[in-house]
Amino acid sequence: MSKLPEEFADLERFSDWCLPTEEERYSKRLNSTMAEMQELYDAGMARLEDIMVYVDARVPLKGMPKDAKALVHLGQSIVMVSFPVEVWKQPRVLDSGASYIQLIKEPVV
Amino acid sequence: MAHFPKPAAGSWTQNWPELGTAPVNYEDSINPEHFKVEQQAIFKKTWLNVGRVERLPKKGSYFTREMPSAGPGTSVIIVKDKQEVVRAFYNMCRHRGNKLVWNDYPGEEVSGTCRQFTCKYHAWRYSLEGDLTFVQQEGEFFDLDKGDYGLVPVRCEVWEGFIFINFDNGAAPLTEYLGDFAKGLEGYPFHEMTEHYSYRSEINANWKLFIDAFVEFYHAPILHMKQAEKEEAEKLAKFGFEALAYDIKGIHSMVSSWGGMSPPKDLSMVKPIERILHSGLFGPWDRPDIEGIQPDELPPAINPGRHKSWGTDSFEFFPNFTLLFWAPGWYLTYHYWPTAVDKHIFEADLYFVPPKNLRERLSQELAAVTFKEYAFQDANTLEATQTQIGTRVVTDFPLCDQEILLRHLHKTAWDYVNAYKNNDNGSTNGKHDAKASQDEAEKDAAHV
Ligand code: FES
Ligand SMILES: [Fe+2]
Repeated sequence: MSKLPEEFADLERFSDWCLPTEEERYSKRLNSTMAEMQELYDAGMARLEDIMVYVDARVPLKGMPKDAKALVHLGQSIVMVSFPVEVWKQPRVLDSGASYIQLIKEPVV
Repeated sequence: MAHFPKPAAGSWTQNWPELGTAPVNYEDSINPEHFKVEQQAIFKKTWLNVGRVERLPKKGSYFTREMPSAGPGTSVIIVKDKQEVVRAFYNMCRHRGNKLVWNDYPGEEVSGTCRQFTCKYHAWRYSLEGDLTFVQQEGEFFDLDKGDYGLVPVRCEVWEGFIFINFDNGAAPLTEYLGDFAKGLEGYPFHEMTEHYSYRSEINANWKLFIDAFVEFYHAPILHMKQAEKEEAEKLAKFGFEALAYDIKGIHSMVSSWGGMSPPKDLSMVKPIERILHSGLFGPWDRPDIEGIQPDELPPAINPGRHKSWGTDSFEFFPNFTLLFWAPGWYLTYHYWPTAVDKHIFEADLYFVPPKNLRERLSQELAAVTFKEYAFQDANTLEATQTQIGTRVVTDFPLCDQEILLRHLHKTAWDYVNAYKNNDNGSTNGKHDAKASQDEAEKDAAHV
C-alpha cells in the first residue's frame, strides 16, 4: 500500500524516508550512502515546491491525514539530506569527529 | 581597513581600558583547582537561567533540573504553585534525604503536573508551596513540628518569561543583576515564539571555551566556510568579520552584527535548498506576522545603532546564558553547564513563532537543521582547543579587537573567583589586579 498521496506516486520509492522524528531522519542519513541521498535530493528538490503547495492548499498542519503527514515527513528528509549533498559530500558533518549534538525536543508533525 | 566605525579610543577593546590588550592567559580553562573555585564563586552565587515559563503551563506543572555545575548531585524542582507563583526547591526530602522527584533513573530530569510531591521512600508529602503536609505514622516521631520540615527553597525569579534561580540567599534581585541590557530587551515578543527546538551536547572543553566561540564571529568565515556557496565563501573570508558594535555593561556583554542573508541580495549567494525554502542559518527570510519584530519596533537594546544592515545581536548574560536574536523574528538561547574543568553540557534552544502552514514549517526546519550542522563544527573545534591548551606548551594567547568579549568573559570570571578568595562573599564591586591574582592562583595550583 502506498504511503504518499497519489499525486506523489513518483516519490513513493523514497517512502522509507517518511520518518516523523529528527532522530530517525538523522540516523537514516548517517546510515545511507551518498548515492542514495543524491537520488532522494534530486527527485525531492524538483518536487519540494509542489509538496508545499499540495499540503497548504488542502490541510492544516495540525490534524493531517496520514498520507499528507507522510509527505511532510518526506519533505523534512529532503531538508535533512541537503547538507550532506550540497555541502559536505559525505553523510557526516565535516571535521565533526566524536562530537555529538542531540535534538531532545522538536515539534513533530 | 575598518568597514564599520570603531570608538574614539581607537578600538573596541581600548574603549574598556580595564580589559587590556595583552595576550590572555588560559590557565582558568585548564586548571582543575581553579574550576572548583569557579563552582563556588560563580555557579553558587549568580542568577542561572533554567528555562522558560511555557514549560509550566498550569498550577502544579513542574520540572526538575540537575545542576552539577553548582556541585555534584545538586538537583532543583521548579514548580508553579496554587497561586501561579513559580518557585524552586532543592529536590530533597526532609525526612532522610531521598531525592524527592524522579522517575526510573534518579539522575535524569523529569517534568509533569501534580497536586503535591510525595516521597517514594516513606511517603512524606509536600504541597506545591513546599510545606510538609503529611508524615507517615506521625505519632512515632519525637516532637516533630511539620512547620520545621518544609522543602528547602532556592531563590527563584522570572524575567520576561525566563526562569532564573540563585543558590545564594543573599544575592541581589534578578532584574538588578541582569541590569541595563535586560531592561532594554523588555517587550520583545518572547511569549509569541513558542515553537521550540532543543539540543543538548556533552562537550569535552571548558565551559568558557564554548562561550568564546559564540561571542566572536571572527571564526565564522573560516571555520564555517564550506556552508556558504563557494564564491560567496571566498568573498566572506577575504572580507573577514567585523561587528557593527560591541557593548559591555558590568558583567554582561553584547555583540551586534550585520546579516545580509535574510533575504540575500542575490539568490546565487545561497544554496539551492535555501532558495526554495527561503531560509538558512539566519532563519526564515519571511518575517512572521506578529507585532514587535519590525526594525522600528524592536526594543532599544536590540540593534542599538539602528543599522540598516543589522542581522543579529547576541547578549551574553554572565555566567552562562546567551540570548541571540535574528532580524527575521526568532531567537535562540545557549547554556553552558560545566561538570569538570574540561567538560560541560551545552544546551541550545531555538524559538520560532508557530508556523501557519507547511511552507513556514519547512522554512523553520531548515533553520534548525542548519543550526545543528554549524554547532557540530563549533563543538568539535573546542575539543581540539582544550587538548592543546592543556599541554601548557603555550599559555598566553593574543586576542584581536573582534575577540574583545572573550577578554571580558575571562576577566569577569576571574573577578568572581578573586572576590570569593578575598572572602567578601562573591561581590564583584572591589576592583583588583587580575594579573596579580592570576599569579597567586597559579602558585596555589602548584601546591596542589
Ligand atoms: S526519605 Fe522521604 S519520606 Fe523518608
Ligand atoms: Fe561558529
